[in-house]
Amino acid sequence: MSLRDEARVRAQAVMRAATRELALATIVVASIGGATALLLVGVGFPVLPGLSALWTGAFGSWYAFTSATLIRSVPLMLTGGAVAVAFRGGVLNIGAEGQLLLGAAAAVAVALAVPAGGKLFPLVIVAALLAAAVAGAMWAGVAAYLRARYHVLEVISTIMLNFIALHVVSYLVRGPLQEPTHVYPQSATIADALHLPHLPAAGRLHAGFALALALAIAAGWMLRNTAAGFRIVAIGESPSAAASAGGIDVRATSARVFLLSGALAGLAGGVEVLGVTFALYENISPGYGYTAIAVALLARLDPWRVVATAVLFGALEAGAGAMQRDAGVPSTLVSVIEAALILAVVVAQAIRARRQASADEPTADT
Amino acid sequence: MTESSKSEEQSALALEGIDKRFGTTRALVSASLRVRTGTVHALLGENGAGKSTLMRIAYGMERPDAGTILVHGATARLDSPASAIARGVGMVHQHFTLVPVMTVAENVALGGHGMLDLQQTISGLRELSERTGFALDPEARVELLSVSAQQRVEIAKALMRRARLLVLDEPTAVLPPSESAALLRWLRSFADQGNTVVLITHKLGEALSISDDVTVLRHGRTVLAASAANTTAESLTRAMLGSAAGDERVGGPPERRLGAQDPPNASIIRAERVTLVDATGVVRIRSASFVVGAGEIVGIAGVEGSGQRELLRAVAGRLPLAFGRLDRPSSVGFVPEDRHRDAVLLDRSLVENVALRDAGTRRGRIEWSAVGTHTESLMRAFDVRASGPLAPMRTVSGGNQQKLVLARELAIEDAELARAIVVENPTRGLDVRAAAQIHDRLRAARDAGAAVVLYSSDIDEVLLLANRVLVLYAGTIREAPVDRDTVGRLMLGAEGDVAT
Repeated sequence: MSLRDEARVRAQAVMRAATRELALATIVVASIGGATALLLVGVGFPVLPGLSALWTGAFGSWYAFTSATLIRSVPLMLTGGAVAVAFRGGVLNIGAEGQLLLGAAAAVAVALAVPAGGKLFPLVIVAALLAAAVAGAMWAGVAAYLRARYHVLEVISTIMLNFIALHVVSYLVRGPLQEPTHVYPQSATIADALHLPHLPAAGRLHAGFALALALAIAAGWMLRNTAAGFRIVAIGESPSAAASAGGIDVRATSARVFLLSGALAGLAGGVEVLGVTFALYENISPGYGYTAIAVALLARLDPWRVVATAVLFGALEAGAGAMQRDAGVPSTLVSVIEAALILAVVVAQAIRARRQASADEPTADT
Repeated sequence: MTESSKSEEQSALALEGIDKRFGTTRALVSASLRVRTGTVHALLGENGAGKSTLMRIAYGMERPDAGTILVHGATARLDSPASAIARGVGMVHQHFTLVPVMTVAENVALGGHGMLDLQQTISGLRELSERTGFALDPEARVELLSVSAQQRVEIAKALMRRARLLVLDEPTAVLPPSESAALLRWLRSFADQGNTVVLITHKLGEALSISDDVTVLRHGRTVLAASAANTTAESLTRAMLGSAAGDERVGGPPERRLGAQDPPNASIIRAERVTLVDATGVVRIRSASFVVGAGEIVGIAGVEGSGQRELLRAVAGRLPLAFGRLDRPSSVGFVPEDRHRDAVLLDRSLVENVALRDAGTRRGRIEWSAVGTHTESLMRAFDVRASGPLAPMRTVSGGNQQKLVLARELAIEDAELARAIVVENPTRGLDVRAAAQIHDRLRAARDAGAAVVLYSSDIDEVLLLANRVLVLYAGTIREAPVDRDTVGRLMLGAEGDVAT
């Protein structure tokens, strides 16, 4: 095969892959539209106004797209990436929500601890984001330790840690981090200078979007091109082969993946408080850490695809709000769509896996 | 005797003309087995002779293609273990079938029907413990019990279901010697009470010491059925191994067979009084010393559970030593027997599977194009048939998977031949052609100067390839000449001098 042929074959393969992805995306979006319409009919709401509000709220204008859809996609991109990386390494981290909450608390604590004024603000922002990542990693570290040391299933421990994190935030906003008047269960607002800068010509969209995008791309690149990433993929696929044929320390690698995942989720919390809420309160996350699981699964655990699915779910969240506001359709309806979408993806994957497994099981030798 | 001569005639178990095929291999060819009530019956044979298959048929786990089964005198159609249990047959598998986190009583109750009355099971077990002399705490958690206690749980399970015929598959393979003796004594007394025991074993000593009758299977056929009193270790060995086995050998002896008189070549692997312990803490290899030189294939022979698993992994650097000293190159190639579990990532490409070697120590970026080129050259050199280097491992046939694994394990970073490689049942599950190709590659590696350690449960494969043979028996290691009779005898623990 000559070099030119090879280049052509490669280009064709890329085109085929791109077409496939595009077709899949079309199917997903079309089925969301269809399912929403069906639900609206079933529940007895006007279909066209509902769908129209859903669309307008998410994509109706540049402002809606950036300041409603993309801004919601930021925490989903980070937590979705966190879940994707963890799942790829065989670590079922369901705790992105809790890690996000503690990340938010840590970022607010750092931001409030710094006296106002001075030229060091950019550094403080960095420090607050770092604190968020470290807090998320530490929270994940609890589950990672329990798993490595006592074989505690991380699915269970991380869910439990989510509840604890919620109560930690509850306590913080009524105790050490409560605003000075001690009236409201929330923290003081952080100084304007510590807000994440807005992206140019993008409404309220803040620099956290660029950060999330960069990290998703970096995570995907790491899984594809680095030895550390390959180790993650290998232990996720077959811990026994990774250990025996690859000489990989499976326990240490999965602990590292867990910490990395926690750091990303914690960062999502930090970005959210510095970019959107500017204060810590109990309902800071509408369940981003749980939606993240859907985001990651729909992206088939690839951080690059997570960028797209996070935007899609961001659009759904944004559209749901608009639908409730403008067409009087409860936003919970969109949660039903999201859940149905997840189920469809999971079932499709299970079917594909079974078909593969049965198609080429080698004949047994006895 | 209350029951007349008829009961003496009656068999607890009679299998006649049993045929069983798995794909193209004939596991059983008109095999027969007649077990008298009230006796201990030893079922002997080499690895793969069909012992386990025959008893799985008797326990309803496999359906025979042809033949009749009589249990306690009545024709029986056994389509599931439940139907065998209903006829009073109990089986203790080599790998226990217990739920570790459950208690003894819960495990025993698992096979029951209808309402669960744990108290009744517990009192039943207490009563059984007293009657049989089993020291079993019904409320102990199974995972906390020793291996021999777990085995007693398995036996108790069968007895609680009123088994009168107990089949045990290699029961002493997992036990230390003192416990083995106790178990055999108990089986003897169980049979003396009018029950029946079938003991699957490849240990001659056991067969001769406690059994009344002996049946020997070879290549799926019953080749000997006699009373133990009329057999000797010698006659049993002959029956198990067959007479001249050399005629089955294909391809003739390798050209470069190195005998003891040849000048010793540079030793690559040197073990001095190595002791190995398995995951459960049982000593598997006791103070073994041996040397593997450059340019030779050292065959390891041993019946299942003789310590080969641990020995191979220690040499390959996958198992730490308990005691002793083992000099080996820093990176030894390893082809484990369970390829799908331990050697490949089925859903990854061939390229990624090649990159898996040394993935644990790699740093920084992986140059996939370089790995791809390396993979292509391995595929060419080892004739790996696949749609391309990016094909998922799953889509490649078993023989080609194994060739790629072997190629990967033989090639080290700088694309030179590895200095040492350990292979375990390298042709298991492969067809004849693929197996021959693997054999050729192993010989080529040896001729290129590699130290090859080969274990196969098929003794003929060991003899076909090996320059020297090390025989494992109950954790001890002995060097043997490349000779089927001697190796076979040593594997079975038969005494007798070996001319080396």
